[in-house]
Amino acid sequence: MTEPAGELSKALAEKSGKQEFWQGIRDESPILLGVIPFGLIYGALAVHAHLSSAAAQAMSAVIFAGSAQIIFTQLLTAGTSGLVMLVVVFVVNLRHALYSASVAPYVRSLSTAWKLLLAYLLTDEAYAVVISHYRREGVSASRHWYFLGAGLTLWTAWQISSGLGIFIGASLPNSAMLSFVLPLTFIALVVPSIRDRAGLAAAVIAGLVGVLAINFPFKTGLLDAALIGILAGMAIEGRHS
Amino acid sequence: MNLWLTMIAAGLATFATRLSFILLIERMKLPAWFQRSLRFVPLAVLSAIVLPELVNPNGALDLSLRNPQLISGLLAIVVAWRTRNVILTILLGMAALFFFQALIGHFAP
Repeated sequence: MTEPAGELSKALAEKSGKQEFWQGIRDESPILLGVIPFGLIYGALAVHAHLSSAAAQAMSAVIFAGSAQIIFTQLLTAGTSGLVMLVVVFVVNLRHALYSASVAPYVRSLSTAWKLLLAYLLTDEAYAVVISHYRREGVSASRHWYFLGAGLTLWTAWQISSGLGIFIGASLPNSAMLSFVLPLTFIALVVPSIRDRAGLAAAVIAGLVGVLAINFPFKTGLLDAALIGILAGMAIEGRHS
Repeated sequence: MNLWLTMIAAGLATFATRLSFILLIERMKLPAWFQRSLRFVPLAVLSAIVLPELVNPNGALDLSLRNPQLISGLLAIVVAWRTRNVILTILLGMAALFFFQALIGHFAP
């Protein structure tokens, strides 16, 4: 039997790096339900675009960003020039700069090597899980191990599922069902993190502007929508404080 | 441009956006308004990804009840809000899409 006070101090004590790492893996795991179908779709599309298996698999490690990889293969099929493809990938991935700013205060005191490693692992799906952990728990001496655990889990699943997609190729069934899993995953992550009116405003306005800006070239509408949503959230927060 | 070179350049560009503020924050103090804005980043970005997917699943805007992605997505939002459970939200959303696709296909002219 432990005393209640003992229990409490144990709960308050910082978790070790190993514990954080495993918790990161555990928290990221449900998200893989959405990531694996997306990887399969990417792999199949890359084969359709006549990319060699080696190039298609290497792209998953080198670019490591699902929607950018899919757009990259589509532009390749369309015979787009390399420079245009480069610009498009950059624009599609600009939202990662927002993620970078958002996690920056929490990884501030880490070594440069850690920062490089964690930045490489900063995908949509890892970010969504990691940022809510940081928000809940704050910074600790071993918190970055959680980031590494979540990021590596996603990285491994992405490499394996895109490899499977390349292998299975065109014979994937019902892609409408498969491609719906990722939006569902984001719904599961976003909705519970709306805690006040300002947060609700940011999500709703960003979503609506995203719909209105749907035909903007190269997904630039996504970035516009996100920025307007953030401004809406700040405006509501300012009015209530 | 060679395919591999383009790919590596695109990878470096992606890495640079991910690394940007993580490195910058040491060298400069971010203004207070900027720091306040950061808590809205996940909500705004992820929502701006999701909503267009629901109303525009096949490359054309469809706000009708014949759009199974829209109905299933709205249902998933309610499930996520009430249960806060990731796996349950995904599974019920998939089941709903399966059901509504079949239903709408059945009544389609």
